[in-house]
Amino acid sequence: MAKAQGLTWTIDDADHMTQAEIYGEVLTQIGQQNEKVVALTTDLAKSTKIGKFDEKISERFFNFGIAEANMIAIASGMAETGLIPVVSTFAVFASLRAAEFVRTDLCYQKRNVKIIATHSGTSFGQAGTTHHCTEDLSVMRTFSGMTVIAPADARETGKAVAAVIDREGPCYIRIGRGFEPPLYKDMEFDFEIGKANRLRDGTDVAVIACGPCVVHAMDAAEQAAAQGVSVRVLNMHTIKPIDEAAILEAVMDTRRVITVEDHSVIGGLGSAVAEVIAKSGKGCAYRMLGYQDEFSIVGYPDDLMHKYKIDADGIMETIGEVLKAEFEEDEDWEDED
Amino acid sequence: MLKASERKKLQEKARELREKIIEVTFTCGGSHVGGAFSQHDILIALYYKHMNIDPKKPQWPERDRFVLSKGHGGVGHAVVLGDKGYYDMALLDDFNKTGSPFGMHLDRLKVPGVDTSTGSLGHGFPLAVGIALGARLQGHTFQTYCVIGDGECHEGSIWEAAMAGGHYGITNMTLFVDRNRFCLDGPTEDVLKLEPLDAKFESFGWRAITIDGHDFDQIDEAIEASHAEKERPVVIIANTVKGKGVDFMESKTAWHYGGLDDQTKAKALKSIRKG
Repeated sequence: MAKAQGLTWTIDDADHMTQAEIYGEVLTQIGQQNEKVVALTTDLAKSTKIGKFDEKISERFFNFGIAEANMIAIASGMAETGLIPVVSTFAVFASLRAAEFVRTDLCYQKRNVKIIATHSGTSFGQAGTTHHCTEDLSVMRTFSGMTVIAPADARETGKAVAAVIDREGPCYIRIGRGFEPPLYKDMEFDFEIGKANRLRDGTDVAVIACGPCVVHAMDAAEQAAAQGVSVRVLNMHTIKPIDEAAILEAVMDTRRVITVEDHSVIGGLGSAVAEVIAKSGKGCAYRMLGYQDEFSIVGYPDDLMHKYKIDADGIMETIGEVLKAEFEEDEDWEDED
Repeated sequence: MLKASERKKLQEKARELREKIIEVTFTCGGSHVGGAFSQHDILIALYYKHMNIDPKKPQWPERDRFVLSKGHGGVGHAVVLGDKGYYDMALLDDFNKTGSPFGMHLDRLKVPGVDTSTGSLGHGFPLAVGIALGARLQGHTFQTYCVIGDGECHEGSIWEAAMAGGHYGITNMTLFVDRNRFCLDGPTEDVLKLEPLDAKFESFGWRAITIDGHDFDQIDEAIEASHAEKERPVVIIANTVKGKGVDFMESKTAWHYGGLDDQTKAKALKSIRKG
């Protein structure tokens, strides 16, 4: 069987392709090299871009109409026969409508199925709450055995798709609608599931972000640097398994941590990072940016990111807040377990 | 038409394993005995006549697959698998007990011979459709068998799967509806009407064959018909009796799930032996 690892796919015009288009392209190339890969969708071939697979490998493409739960169970059955089903639908339907099927038919049964959920967060802002998805990281993270990834941009999505094909077991990748700005300028960066990318070093504050918020974190760090504030930025693309070492290092080095996610602050990246910090017994100033126990309003995605303070402005404001935090001298800090 | 010897063999095996289900129900404190008995003769026909399996190689890729979508019938399935030699029947002494691989809904990762973990209704059928689609795509010739409960047909995902099966023309699977006419709260037609069930499946692109689900000749004939059908997927609507084989349990809602004491166990065994 051809393995995705080491594939030579390139994306020459990545700057002009959306996250979704790139994943469609990458998946198609992987499918051409690995005949075990099948692509499934629920009347969203065009919207999710998994339809690209259909154009090239139609015999391994299946559309199940608007029936998400059914698609997940069918994918589980296909995996029983040795196939690697990649299913794609909107995040809100993959993680909520079909949640129990994902839990019982994929995770509980340890099935080798990959979910690529699009239109996550408020990336489909105009569609309103029914089509926003600010709960999926939280839901997926609680399912035993599920790998949860929120790539920062199109290029990272390409690497994530290749990586999950090589990873046995259920995996969930959440991406946006496809109009998010690029973070990486080329493909010369590492992507390893469960290992955060430190995009910028800093000692005053650490911003831990995922998905479309990473670009904004980098923008904010740049602005802060101009004001003499040193901000570390971690691209925490994998929410589960989370990179505990990178988090604890950030706490040790900065003692001021901000998480940023296009997701509810309940159960997602912010919660995952908080759990690691709480277990460590180390203290720090801590803020979680995201949706604060509320349903997001209708609007353009950029406006919504601004309103909910998960853009560069919101991050800058919060950097200002955590900088005010004062700490007592703690001579034992280095000695603590 | 079965040979007389085949029929007798199946009937005797069915009786023997009904007794075993009563034994397990007694030791484990309670089981979905009513549904286990209504589905029972279908499982006997499949496992002792039709299915191409090798209990020594439970993961053999070319084996026929069986999905008990009405996963609460697990006690009946467990008894059949033990008798086929997938594991030592003595393991069922710990059925339902803490740490046992066996609970009321069987786990494919813990019980050899179980192809899919079921229990939550409305999952197994679409999963079986996926197995059939995956098999066909890769040129596997094995058959996928699936048993759904009639109450389970209240679940929307059953009809999503029926639509998909009809659309994709899945002729390498055989679906049974264990039509015992009862769900937990009473008769299906009182709780939420299912009839006309055959017409519903037909309208979703399936060929419906209605049989007496306790008549081995009819079960056998319907399975053969499903193998021969090359146009539409086949659903066998098996009219069954909840609690079949134990006179005081038959068609009694109360025996959807129940436990047995020494006295009721003896009565049940006596009824089964009487036939």
